[in-house]
Amino acid sequence: MKQVTRILEGVGSVVQLLLRSASYTGTLPRQWSRFIEQCYLIGYTTLPIVAILSFFIGTVLALEAGYAMQDFGAKEFIGSLVGLSMARELGPMMTAVLLAGRVGSAITAELASMKVYQEIDALTTMNISAAKILVLPRLAAVLVMMPVLIVISNIVGWFGGSVVARYVSYVGISPEAYFAALRHFTKFKDVMNGMEKAEVFGFVVVLVCCDIGLNTKGGPREIGAAVTRGVVVSLILILVLDYFVTKILL
Amino acid sequence: MESSCSKTRNPFTGAEANAVAVRVDHVCKEYDGTEVLTDVTFDVKPGEIFVLMGPSGSGKSVLLRHIAGLELPTSGTITVDGKDPSLEATRDAVRIALVFQEGALFNSLSVYDNLALYPREHRSGDEKSIDQKVMHALKILSVEDAARKFPSELSGGMKKRVSIARALVMEPQLLLYDEPTSELDPVMSATISEIIATLKHEYSVSSLVVTHDRALALTISNRVGILMDGKLVTLGTSSDLTKSKDPRIDDFLNPKIDIEHPRFKKLETKEAT
Repeated sequence: MKQVTRILEGVGSVVQLLLRSASYTGTLPRQWSRFIEQCYLIGYTTLPIVAILSFFIGTVLALEAGYAMQDFGAKEFIGSLVGLSMARELGPMMTAVLLAGRVGSAITAELASMKVYQEIDALTTMNISAAKILVLPRLAAVLVMMPVLIVISNIVGWFGGSVVARYVSYVGISPEAYFAALRHFTKFKDVMNGMEKAEVFGFVVVLVCCDIGLNTKGGPREIGAAVTRGVVVSLILILVLDYFVTKILL
Repeated sequence: MESSCSKTRNPFTGAEANAVAVRVDHVCKEYDGTEVLTDVTFDVKPGEIFVLMGPSGSGKSVLLRHIAGLELPTSGTITVDGKDPSLEATRDAVRIALVFQEGALFNSLSVYDNLALYPREHRSGDEKSIDQKVMHALKILSVEDAARKFPSELSGGMKKRVSIARALVMEPQLLLYDEPTSELDPVMSATISEIIATLKHEYSVSSLVVTHDRALALTISNRVGILMDGKLVTLGTSSDLTKSKDPRIDDFLNPKIDIEHPRFKKLETKEAT
């Protein structure tokens, strides 16, 4: 029962934070520099690891697909499998998982340490809303940067698959055939669905991590606990939301 | 008794505003069933320096956080200028600045940006006038050379002074200080005490100072309250306090180091009996 109460409290707190942040949307143009800074942190600094991960996801997909399909003589469909898997599922989900691990943990740690060291209290006494200057720019930045990360993740993942398709002996199909199948089966709608998923995941990760950071109580030890909680809750939410968002989008 | 229509003078423009009064009325606070404040009642008159003293863990900082509107009492009321300080509307109407014990400076911002945050967010003037305010406040506290530094590069004393400068930029009507001289050497403590007194005399800001510092309390205060175990045990001027016959107050203000009969042994003896 206590667990249920805590979960409901958490949901209420996140919704409140969302509403408070949304009420300051009109101030975003004046927070341009904070928004750009967050775009840099969320987008630019996450980009290399997203690219590396996506490349190897693409290669593994092509390897597995090639291995499974060689018996059926359906190797020319590897492109479609890699294309659809990356665009609809693995691109958005793995990018969101990376976001939770890299950006979510950093956000939770920063806000939790601001809370523990009374910087949030200082903001309150100055009548400056933490939702306005700390949460809103991050939410706006993740909404702008997630599609960019997804496009790059998809392109790099597709390219990774083509490298395997071309150079691994038991796969051995030309890049032209690989990309022809990919283009034929992967529609613009699939890419858009993936982006919509990524937007939902990214937004939830940042919102939840901000909330956990801002609600941290205690000393420095609690900062570490808050980071762990932020990442774990984010990962669970990504997987749970994945089912429901996929169901809605299909 | 000071007039209730005492005026604060804006340190930057010289404009006058009403100094505010604080009323703490039968305030109790409990955390998980443990009472940390018990029926505390006092008031801070407009433009006075009220010092709240007491042993560690007596509830002074908790009370200060309540007056700043950061926490709500379990029972009783706190008003600043007749309004509830925990409401955003009150903080819009009455400028309450709190100087935190550890400074609570924003570590990701330079000293200059720490001070400029409030006027920028509240759009009080263009960048030029904000710059003048910030540099003026830094100059008053003699930390203008630290403007481009980050909080992590400052000493404890400088952090305190920057923290007071940040409070000053808010053009406060009520200034709350939480242990402003803790962890400072005697000279720096005296400097901070002088700064608090100067701010009061020059700008007539109502001030509430929580401190252990006997010299600060007895030198610059208009009135002093002593809080022990969450209860306000005495309230009066500094001379009232020094003349007090209450052994607890005498022991707190003039603790004697008795090697023959140390306090911790006394406690053991009490338990044994």
